[in-house]
Amino acid sequence: MNRLRNILDFTISSLMRRKGRNIALIVVYTFVVFILASVIFFTEALRREATTILRDAPEIVVQRVIAGRHDLIPLRYIDKIKAIPGVRSVKGRLWGYYFDPLSGSNYTLIVVDPRNSLSGVNHGDIKEGTIIIGSGISRSRIVHEGDTMPFRSFDGIPLYLKVKDVLSSESAIIAADVILISEKDYKKLSGIPSGYCTDLVISVANTKEIPTIARKITEVLPDTRPIVRDEILRTYDSVLNWRSGIILMIFWGALAAFIIFAWDRATGLSAEEKREIGILKAIGWETSDVIMMKFWEGIVISLTSFLTGMILAYLHVFFSSYSLFKPVLLGWSVLYPEFRLTPFIDTYQIATLLFLVVIPYTVATIVPSWRAATVDPDSVMK
Amino acid sequence: MIRLREIRKVFNSGRPSEFTALRGISIDVELKKVTVLKGPSGSGKTTLLSIIGCMARPTSGRIWFEEREITSLPERFLTEIRRKTFGFVFQQFNLIKGISVIENVMLPSYPCGEDIREIRKKALELIQFFNLSGKESSKIEWLSGGEQQRAAIARALINDPSIIIADEPTAHLDTKLSLEFMGFMKMLKEREKTIIIASHDPIVYESDIVDNVLNMRDGIVITGDL
Repeated sequence: MNRLRNILDFTISSLMRRKGRNIALIVVYTFVVFILASVIFFTEALRREATTILRDAPEIVVQRVIAGRHDLIPLRYIDKIKAIPGVRSVKGRLWGYYFDPLSGSNYTLIVVDPRNSLSGVNHGDIKEGTIIIGSGISRSRIVHEGDTMPFRSFDGIPLYLKVKDVLSSESAIIAADVILISEKDYKKLSGIPSGYCTDLVISVANTKEIPTIARKITEVLPDTRPIVRDEILRTYDSVLNWRSGIILMIFWGALAAFIIFAWDRATGLSAEEKREIGILKAIGWETSDVIMMKFWEGIVISLTSFLTGMILAYLHVFFSSYSLFKPVLLGWSVLYPEFRLTPFIDTYQIATLLFLVVIPYTVATIVPSWRAATVDPDSVMK
Repeated sequence: MIRLREIRKVFNSGRPSEFTALRGISIDVELKKVTVLKGPSGSGKTTLLSIIGCMARPTSGRIWFEEREITSLPERFLTEIRRKTFGFVFQQFNLIKGISVIENVMLPSYPCGEDIREIRKKALELIQFFNLSGKESSKIEWLSGGEQQRAAIARALINDPSIIIADEPTAHLDTKLSLEFMGFMKMLKEREKTIIIASHDPIVYESDIVDNVLNMRDGIVITGDL
């Protein structure tokens, strides 16, 4: 135990004498860990956020497809789908987009089902002439509860709707650009003919039957496309998973930087360091003592950088609104959601990162020292 | 007694640059005495010193330390013998730059597993003994040549070895400092340490404290006792 402590003691004073070099090393290393950990924290939190929201999404959504594009679906399809065994309920949904030239952005209009609620607010009583808007719209148009917002309907007639409420920012990831509207107002605005809706929402009695029901829907109604919730989840997963997509590119980039950095370290044992190893051996240090010293040296540098990088990444993602990634990773939306991700750390991913950066660096430190430490100690006599 | 029999050392064996440094040396080194290996550069003094000090292995031949044959011992045991039995003073001092005098002195003790406070106490005593008091926290490179030499001797003594090995210890010292060094060797001899020095400096091999001079040339010992 004393031996270990004494060697660790020397390691620290040995690190202190190359202060400038080691601080530079820690800064670069910390930066690489910071980027990698930020990517991991950010995407994992985003993925979880999306998964949590989608948990309440409908099991199957049926869209009509004409010429390969999503089109309005006739309400008479509801009965045909209801006839499929295993289907519990079928409801039509009305929603669409509205371009606001004043703010230069697209809003998502949703006709609220009185039995549904978004972010815990009961929207059952959205009366004709009133709307509930997302926090992004409220911010960009500077409109608040009680204000009136002007719209222009499909046939050019102005429509004035009163803001009844603003959605809480907790649901901003999906609802920043949302307007909840009554069915009558939506039809006035969009010109959707009666007997049609945007898509159909289907709930099933047994979730195991979802693929079968989806297949049967395409058989009964060949011009439709069923979208299964699990598929959406899978899409989110592959887009936001840290092992895929744009994230993977950033990840590999940072990892490549780290490999170059570690390689440089591994091959860069200076003549001075080699001489010191020779001296230590000559005065009675064993090869294992030298390796232990270099191991501690690697651990001190890599763990310091790892922990600092992790803490900085945590603060960056969860407390400074992931400012570095925001424009790249939050998509094409004009109204960026203003929301804080719920702090979440996946131990498996942290362990992977630890394995990817701390261990290779420590090995990169030990190997050249081990090679130098196996030379005869009499080299210092020459 | 340290007994060396038919010691040969060949460097770069089998290569065009093969070089025989020692050609079958057989000597006895008496314990608690001062022995000097004298000879010109390239005579094999340093190589012989390295082999006696368990820093290198002979290509052939055997070495007995008292009654123990040490030539065939594995590396780990050789390191242990080197650490506990020998204290080294090198020609270039071989102190580690950037750390303090006291840390340099303590360095050979770290792997012994002794308590750090005990090591520090011993190191301070040695620093005091070698007139370096007040400089224990100074960085080693701030010391003069003579002071560095004394720090190197202090480091050689930290594990209280029974044998001191010094390789050309006065090569970088002026006459006054060389005499001072021999004064320290005298003190160590009085403490019953065995001292083996490789040198071609008359201040060393003509010193009163020297008991035995081995003349070396071309890898062999050409004369015995003085």
